Amino acid sequence: MTHAALAAPGARFKKLLRRGDDPGGAPRLSPLWTFVAWLATLAFFAPVAWMVLTSFHQEADAATNPPTPFAPVSFDQYELLFSRDITPFLLNSAMASVISTLLVLALAVPTAYALSIKPVEKWTDVMFFFLSTKFLPAIAALLPVYLIVKDAGMLDNVWTLIVLYTAMNLPIAVWMMRSFLAEVPKEILEAAEVDGAGLLTVLWRVVAPVAMPGLAATSLICFIFSWNEFMFAVNLTATQASTAPVFLVGFITNEGLFLARLCAAATLVSLPVLIAGFAAQDKLVRGLSLGAVK
Amino acid sequence: MTALTERPKKGAPPSVRPQPPTGVSKWRRRVPLLPALIFTIIVTQLPFVATLVISTFQWNILKPGERHFVGLSNFSFVFTDERLRTAVLNTIVLTASVVLISVVLGLGLAMLLDRRFVGRGLARTLLIAPFLVMPVAAALLWKHAIYNPDYGLLNGTLNAVYRFFGADNGPTVDWISSYPMSAVVLSLVWQWTPFMMLILLAGLQAQPGDVLEAARMDGASALATFRFITLPHLRQYLELGILLGTIYVVQTFDAVYTITQGGPGKQTTNLPYEIYLTMFRKYEYGEAAAAGVVVVLGSIVIATFALRTIASLFREEVSR
Repeated sequence: MTHAALAAPGARFKKLLRRGDDPGGAPRLSPLWTFVAWLATLAFFAPVAWMVLTSFHQEADAATNPPTPFAPVSFDQYELLFSRDITPFLLNSAMASVISTLLVLALAVPTAYALSIKPVEKWTDVMFFFLSTKFLPAIAALLPVYLIVKDAGMLDNVWTLIVLYTAMNLPIAVWMMRSFLAEVPKEILEAAEVDGAGLLTVLWRVVAPVAMPGLAATSLICFIFSWNEFMFAVNLTATQASTAPVFLVGFITNEGLFLARLCAAATLVSLPVLIAGFAAQDKLVRGLSLGAVK
Repeated sequence: MTALTERPKKGAPPSVRPQPPTGVSKWRRRVPLLPALIFTIIVTQLPFVATLVISTFQWNILKPGERHFVGLSNFSFVFTDERLRTAVLNTIVLTASVVLISVVLGLGLAMLLDRRFVGRGLARTLLIAPFLVMPVAAALLWKHAIYNPDYGLLNGTLNAVYRFFGADNGPTVDWISSYPMSAVVLSLVWQWTPFMMLILLAGLQAQPGDVLEAARMDGASALATFRFITLPHLRQYLELGILLGTIYVVQTFDAVYTITQGGPGKQTTNLPYEIYLTMFRKYEYGEAAAAGVVVVLGSIVIATFALRTIASLFREEVSR
C-alpha cells in the first residue's frame, strides 16, 4: 500500500481528487455541466468567502468601491473583537447551547426508547404530538413566555434560554433518536433478553453501539439550532445573558458600521456551526428531515 | 389531527410485542416517556393557552388601569387592520417565493451533485455553507457587505465591471430601499437552497439504480427519464422539503428584523415582525396575542399537510 503510494504519487493525487465520489455507480457529469456545477457552487459560496476575506482586512481596505480582495491580511479585527468583550456573549451562547443540548438528550433518549424499542401503545400519536409542537410558530408564544419570565424575575437569565431551547429542540431530537433506535436489530435484543441480560447490559452492549452516531447527529442539530436562535435571545435578555447573535446586532447599533469588524464577528460566531456542519454533512440531512429521509 | 395520527395498520412487526403487556409493564413502558411529555406540555402548550386568554383582553401596558375582557373584538381588529393584512400578504409572498425558488435551485443543484465530477465532495461542502452561517450573521452580511450602496459587493462588482469596459463609474443602486422584498427574498433563498439541495440529494441517491438503467436500455431520453421516473420518485422528498421549508420560512424574524426592519414603510413587514412590533413597540398585548392566535391557525393548516406527508414517509419506514 505504502509502496504503491510512494511509487505512483499521481495515482494517489487522483484518488484524493475523487474523494467523496461514490465508487462506480453514479454517471459522470459532462465537462460543460461540471463547469455549471462549479459556477453555481462558487456563486453560493461567494458571500461566505467575502465575509471571511473581509474579516482579515483593515477597515480602509474593506469599504472600497470597487472591492479590493487582495489587500494585506491581518488578525487585527479579531483582536479588536476580543478587546471589545465578545467573550461573555460567546460564553452565554456556549452555555445555552451545550446545556440545552444535554437536557434535550437526557429527555429525548428515554422517550425515543419508549417509542421504538419497547413501544408504548399509540406511540405514533405521541410522535406526532411532539412534532406538532414544532409547527407552532414561536412568535405566538413569545408574549406569554415574556410575561411569565418577567413575573418570575427570570428576564436576562441564561437558564430561561436553556429551558426554551430545550423545548424548541426536543421534538426534533425525539424524532431523530427514534429513527436511529429503530435500527437496533430486534432479534439481537430478544436474544440478549432470552440470555438473561439485564436492561443496563442490553442498553450498553446492544443499543449504545448502534445509537451512538445517531446521538452525535442529534446533538449537532440541537446545538446548531440553539446557537443560531435569535428571537427569544433578543427579546428576553438584556446585558447579562445575551448570546452571540444579540451581540452581532447590538454591535452595529452601538458602534456604527465597521465593515471588516462586522465580518470578523460574523465569521467568529458562525465558526462553531460551520466546523460542526462540515464535519458531519451526511448526518445533517437526516437530522434536518427529522429522520424521515435517510 | 386524529386522521393524521392513526397508527399505520400493517406497520408494527409482530416481533415487537411478543405478548400483550400487562398493567404494570404498560406503565413501566410509559415511564421513560413522561418527563419529556410533561416538559413539552408545560413549556409549549401552556403559553398557547395563555395567548388564547390574553387575546380576549384589551390590554395595553401603557394604560395599566384599562385592562378588561373584550371577547373577540381583538380578532375583528386583526382581520380588518390594514397593517396586519399587509403583513399577512407579505408573509405569503415572502414564504412562497423563498420556498419555491430555493426548491427549484436546490433541485437543479441536487441533480448536478448526484453525478460524479471533479471535486464533488468539496463542491457539496462549499454549497452547504450558507445554511450553516448564523442567520443573523448572514442577514447582516447581506445588508452591509453585499447590498450597501457605497461599498457593498454588488455595486462594487458592477462598478469594477463598468470600469473594466472603460466606463467611468457603475450605477449606485440602493438595493434595500429600491427592491426591499427582493433583497430579503434573495438572502433567504441563499440560505435555504442548500437545505433543499441536501434533502433532494438524499432522495436522488435513494433512487433504485436498476430502474434508471432499464430506462436507459429502453432508449428513454434524459428528459423523459426525469419526468416519468425521477420526479415521481422525488415527489415525497419535494413535499417534505417544501413543507419543512414553509414551516421555518413563515417564522422568518432574523432577516426582516436585521435587513429591512420591515420597511421601507411596511413593505417587508411579515407577521412575526408585525406581532413583535405590536408587542414591544405599541405594547398592545391583546392585539398581539390575537394576531398570534391567527398565525397559529394558519400554521395548523400548513402543518396538517406537513404531518400528512411525514406520516406517509413514516409509514413506509415502519412497514419496511
